[in-house]
Amino acid sequence: MKLADVGVGKTVKVKQNSAHDYLKERFLALGLTKGADVEVLRKGPKNNLTVYRIRGAMIALRNEESSLIEVL
Amino acid sequence: MGLTAQSVKLESLRDIYEIEKNDKQYVVALAGNPNTGKSTVFNYLTGLNQHTGNWPGKTVVSARGQFKYKNNEYILIDLPGSYSLFTASKDEEVTRDFLCYGNYDTVVVVADATCLERNLNLVFQVSELTNKIILCINLIDEAKKKNIKIDKEGLEKELKIPIVLTSARNGQGMKELKDLIEKTSQIIEEETEKSLYFNQDESIREKISEDNYNYANKLKQKYVKEDVNKLNRDKKIDDIVTSKKFGIPIMLALLGLIFWITIQGANIPSQILADLLFGLQYKLDKILLILGVNDFIRGVFIDGMYKSLAWVISVMLPPMAIFFPLFTLFEDLGYLPRVAFNLDHLFKRAGAHGKMCLSMCMGFGCNAAGVIGCRIIDSPRERLIAVITNNLVPCNGRFPLIIVLSAAFFAFTGSFVDSIIPALSITLIVLIGVFATLSVSYLLSNTLLKGIPSTFTLELPPYRAPQVGRIIYTSLIDRTIFVLSRAAVVAAPAGAIIWLLANIYVGELSILIHMANFFEPLGRAIGLDGFILIAFIAGFPANEIVIPVLLMAYMSTGTLTDFESIDSLRQILISNGWTQLTAINVMLFSLLHWPCSTTLLTIKKETGSLKWTLAAFIIPTGIAFLVCFITANLYRIIW
Repeated sequence: MKLADVGVGKTVKVKQNSAHDYLKERFLALGLTKGADVEVLRKGPKNNLTVYRIRGAMIALRNEESSLIEVL
Repeated sequence: MGLTAQSVKLESLRDIYEIEKNDKQYVVALAGNPNTGKSTVFNYLTGLNQHTGNWPGKTVVSARGQFKYKNNEYILIDLPGSYSLFTASKDEEVTRDFLCYGNYDTVVVVADATCLERNLNLVFQVSELTNKIILCINLIDEAKKKNIKIDKEGLEKELKIPIVLTSARNGQGMKELKDLIEKTSQIIEEETEKSLYFNQDESIREKISEDNYNYANKLKQKYVKEDVNKLNRDKKIDDIVTSKKFGIPIMLALLGLIFWITIQGANIPSQILADLLFGLQYKLDKILLILGVNDFIRGVFIDGMYKSLAWVISVMLPPMAIFFPLFTLFEDLGYLPRVAFNLDHLFKRAGAHGKMCLSMCMGFGCNAAGVIGCRIIDSPRERLIAVITNNLVPCNGRFPLIIVLSAAFFAFTGSFVDSIIPALSITLIVLIGVFATLSVSYLLSNTLLKGIPSTFTLELPPYRAPQVGRIIYTSLIDRTIFVLSRAAVVAAPAGAIIWLLANIYVGELSILIHMANFFEPLGRAIGLDGFILIAFIAGFPANEIVIPVLLMAYMSTGTLTDFESIDSLRQILISNGWTQLTAINVMLFSLLHWPCSTTLLTIKKETGSLKWTLAAFIIPTGIAFLVCFITANLYRIIW
């Protein structure tokens, strides 16, 4: 399943980070590594951004980005 | 591949990273994730006033300061925040390069006590580069509020680096930090080349990050105790502040409220300042008379220089001194990233970057600062859009004009309901600016700067209680000094020039009148007049002087009046043919017209391109003329 499709309030584990280059690096830096817990906190206006709790921080991602993360 | 000065052939860059120092001086670098309070640590240690705020990306260039401790002197470098040494947005590059090539004696990695797990990743990376490292776990007061307990000794033993728990904003742990800096700076490191292992193979780096984070997670489980209930505080606030339904309305209401307070509060101090300064003018004038100074020189000094100085201070200073502390309160609270969150969908549709919101907010203070702030945007295309459009946010120099004019022309009786109208009209002006920004971005990204929106990750930092007293004090002092120095440097000479132009005659008329007559048709076409256009042209070096220059131009041709109240300002303007349309169009023109000279120079520096600098001049100017032309004609049709 993609992270973008996870419902609000659920907590999932990262299975794979399929982004590349710059974005991959950014994801890794934020702690989106294999096995990391990600909690889906909230969707923003127009369902454009979603807030996730990643490694204790609140990070907002667009759907384009969160679809690149495979989760369990 | 080792990332070192030699391998990347950055010899030419060495100067920037070689901090000049003598034998008794040590260079200390502050690194850390964005928004962990590096600048606060910096300010505490150096006594300087580096701008602080609760949002990631606030510091985009490194700041430098000094402090003495015991017998040594330390040069402190405040590096832009960075999540990792491998991700390279423009501001993060500065940090990475400095840590790889710089001649520092100690690195203090500042970490957020409330988010230690994420912060440790950078600690691991930096400790790979050097063993002269101190971990400063900051914001320990916030952690305490959230019932987070950190076992410092345990962590120290495990990581084998010195750790200090601090709360930089109230000085907690700072002496201990200085002691550690002293000790660590003395360590003599073997002259090895600092290098960072960078493997081209993504999967290997992924594995390293994974190991780093697993280790960080393990450390956190072992040495940090959290209280889950307290963690949810921010979540509850954000459920409302960034909700689909209330997010944008709350934002607009807050903006309106800030303007309302500014207008309400500015009136009385404005009058006090005016009484004081114009009273002084009268005395100065008398003294010069007694000294027998001739009329012409007296005119240049008193009616030209002093008067415009007094105008700038009494009209421009109070709104600034109220607006900016209020704005800073929200900034410190952590509200700005929420604004970016709420508005991202609009920017995305315009083909721009959501973080442009943050550089726009910086633009409120100063567009030149806003343009530099665009460095937080990673994609060059989107950064360029943000740079070119930044001017469409009214800055420090233009805000007072908008505030004063809306107070003069859109409040009638002074009742409470009435006082809301100017606040609404300013909010509307700002919204028009945002709308123009989005439209220009949309046009640019569909024509000259084609491309797809780049990736976007935005951290919403924890809310932090702002230090109300300190903010009010520092931003008041800050703004006062800023306005006063601009007044002295720009307003006084401009005042002298305008006075000369108004008093040197060519034929029947003064040079100023000749000029005004020349610009009159163009001015009329867009609902302004020749004098207003001259004032805007004179405002090119600093927009603060537009209103003073304009008044001086008007007064030099008719009656001379001093500033008594907003009402007297309106009287002067009305007697020079102003209508509500003129007021609206002056506000719009001020909002939309060309950037000031400082901003243009900054744009040239940031883009390195004359072409884009020119575009940044032409685009807003074109919009300003077009919009004012339209409103002027609409007004004439309707009324």
